[in-house]
Amino acid sequence: MADSYYKDKTKLQKGHFSKEFLQKIAATEPQWMHEKRLEAYALYESLPMPHTTEDDIWRRTVDMRTQDYWRRTRRFLRALDVEKYRPSLPTNGEPSAVDVPETGLPGLPYAEEASGVLVQVDGQRQHISNSEELKKKGVYFADLHTALQEQPELLRDYFMNKAVTLETTLKSGNIAQHNKFDALHGAFWQGGYLLYVPKGVSVELPLRVYINMSEADQADLSHTLIIAEEGSRVAVLEENASTTSDASGLHSGAVEIFAGQNANVTYVQVQRWNRTVWNFASHRAKIARDAQLCWVSAAFGGRLNKMNQASILEGAGSHAQMLGLAFTDARQHLDVSTAQEHISPHTTSDLMYRTVLKDRSQTAWGGNIYVYPAANHTDAYQKNDNLLLSERAHADTLPGLEIQAHEVRCTHGATAGKIDADQVFYLMSRGLSYTQAEKLIVEGFFEPVIERVPLESVREELSTSITRKLG
Amino acid sequence: MSNELTIKDLHISVQQKPIIKGLSLTVQPGEVHALMGPNGSGKSSLANGLMGHPLYEIDAGEVIFDGVDVLELEPNERAKLGLFLAFQYPTAIPGVSLANFLRLAVSAVRGKETNGDEKDRLIPMREFRRELREKMQQLGVDDSFARRYLNDGFSGGEKKRAEILQLAMLEPKIAILDETDSGLDIDAVRIVGDSVSRLVGPNLGVLIITHYPRLLEYIRPQFIHILLDGRIVESGGWELAEMLEAEGYDPIREKHGVKEEE
Ligand SMILES: Nc1ncnc2c1ncn2[C@@H]1O[C@H](COP(=O)(O)OP(=O)(O)OP(=O)(O)O)[C@@H](O)[C@H]1O
Ligand SMILES: [Mg+2]
Repeated sequence: MADSYYKDKTKLQKGHFSKEFLQKIAATEPQWMHEKRLEAYALYESLPMPHTTEDDIWRRTVDMRTQDYWRRTRRFLRALDVEKYRPSLPTNGEPSAVDVPETGLPGLPYAEEASGVLVQVDGQRQHISNSEELKKKGVYFADLHTALQEQPELLRDYFMNKAVTLETTLKSGNIAQHNKFDALHGAFWQGGYLLYVPKGVSVELPLRVYINMSEADQADLSHTLIIAEEGSRVAVLEENASTTSDASGLHSGAVEIFAGQNANVTYVQVQRWNRTVWNFASHRAKIARDAQLCWVSAAFGGRLNKMNQASILEGAGSHAQMLGLAFTDARQHLDVSTAQEHISPHTTSDLMYRTVLKDRSQTAWGGNIYVYPAANHTDAYQKNDNLLLSERAHADTLPGLEIQAHEVRCTHGATAGKIDADQVFYLMSRGLSYTQAEKLIVEGFFEPVIERVPLESVREELSTSITRKLG
Repeated sequence: MSNELTIKDLHISVQQKPIIKGLSLTVQPGEVHALMGPNGSGKSSLANGLMGHPLYEIDAGEVIFDGVDVLELEPNERAKLGLFLAFQYPTAIPGVSLANFLRLAVSAVRGKETNGDEKDRLIPMREFRRELREKMQQLGVDDSFARRYLNDGFSGGEKKRAEILQLAMLEPKIAILDETDSGLDIDAVRIVGDSVSRLVGPNLGVLIITHYPRLLEYIRPQFIHILLDGRIVESGGWELAEMLEAEGYDPIREKHGVKEEE
């Protein structure tokens, strides 16, 4: 049934994000999920599209004023017509219609080194493989629709209940409490995956996930749910990419990560949508006692990006490393809000975000460290650096601290600067062309982030993406 | 005339302020010249101007090297032609390893053809490594040097040795050494002095900018020039260096009617 809906696109006319649409897909899902969607939909309907610069959380997405205040004010979000985009329908875990060639999708080579691979195109699962290792160790890895059938209790317990929820309870106020796009996601989510790693299990090789958009006017509402139980260890490499350079799209995603007690989780997301994609995402991780999260977030694509990323250090002794890397060009706009929420004592967090801007692109980064009253002996670090390759690029950077505990060490800093003329001259005086010099300086600028990435294959992938972007 | 560097009546200013005020000098391959002069007399400005730093305006004059008008060229084209400047204050480039950078530089300077695939243009890694290791040993620098970020967190002496290492790798025809000896301990001055004098030969001409005769004792220059207020006021042989060491700049200032800068 679902399949015929998907093929018969004429039925999905204007106004896809509707209650009717939810009714259509109700039959494929448990009742509780349907109700959850309806609840999210009601919130979505009730919230206005962020539209004013007085809205502190959204003002840099709605409209970022540049140094050239009067002439270059841009109204970003105004151009978005959500209803133009088409959510896909669930396949209900049926075998996929399109097979992925052995060699992988264009531009997405399979890494031989993976314990599991998931490929999704336009919200539809195209391929999944689980290694013998995963099966033997009892690791569950499947697309979310299959998981809904096979692991309903887990989903009912975790899915948009504990991390990314309709009502954000972060103390640091830089992430909207009610987010219109989280509500959109909750109502119309489609695609994504569940990874469940049982207690004490250590997965040797990383899992690889490719989430793609290919058709024009597609809405991708993928949901990532990673649950790593006590004492487990796992790494996930997720790539979000467009298969064409011009098919416009909308991504409204969510990532939920649960690192159980003493677990060790690495999550890498590389975002390479094309430059016409509207990209909204809420990423939130909950980190239990003595657990460690290494979180890499790399952004290269998108027309307008609004991303919320929060590490909630719930358990004493937990640690979050947040590495961010972004490279924008043309008229791309990237607005990132991060939060490091220290709830328990002896928690540590370390955030390093580096952005390079070309052409007329603009970025904003707002980061908050929040130390709760109980979180004594917190050690939190936060640094955002921006390198502007063009006179017309613009970067806003707004670090923030709020500390309510004692014996706390918090360090933060932010910089934004043009490419250094003396560096360029030094390199050119040794025979490098301007282009080569600029490339080397950019690579060097990203190096402190890249060298901290724990996986060699990811480091290489990031370097390749950077080179590609340098043109 | 080939490989000869000829500077004719050169005028350079920085931010509208004239610094070099009519300077002429010729350096032939195989020759070693020393340029001495008090602080602020314009030695580094001359060096930067010759290499093409955009901040140093050329107001008048000409610079011909290898029969080519150097002033028309970008800094990298000057490097490819065979000019090299060892900086007084080398710039740090964080995140860029010395070896990575130097492989690009050596490939650019040695490669005659600049179009085509970048990978093809790079000199083979093994060849490069071998050569680099050999030259690092000669200079008494540690192997770890190659992996370190270019001049980033280098001590003063390490920076200067890295400059000489680059000089040795790039094999220029004319090298300008801007105070390569300052910041070096006695042993390092000897090592740098020995290395440079080993490099000097029929294919390399050198212009050494320095305040101290010590380096010059290792690399005996045939010519010594004294720069005062943007002009070469005296040129001569070793006796000039001895005279400066004994009497300082005051007698020369007096002779040429130049006041000491405040
Ligand atoms: N980048 C610059 N910006 C501003 N002024 C400069 C710059 N470079 C040189 N100058 C000025 O030009 C004059 C000459 O400086 P220069 O560095 O060439 O002297 P120098 O002979 O190399 O001195 P030192 O022996 O101290 O190295 C000085 O007055 C200096 O302040
Ligand atoms: Mg100087």
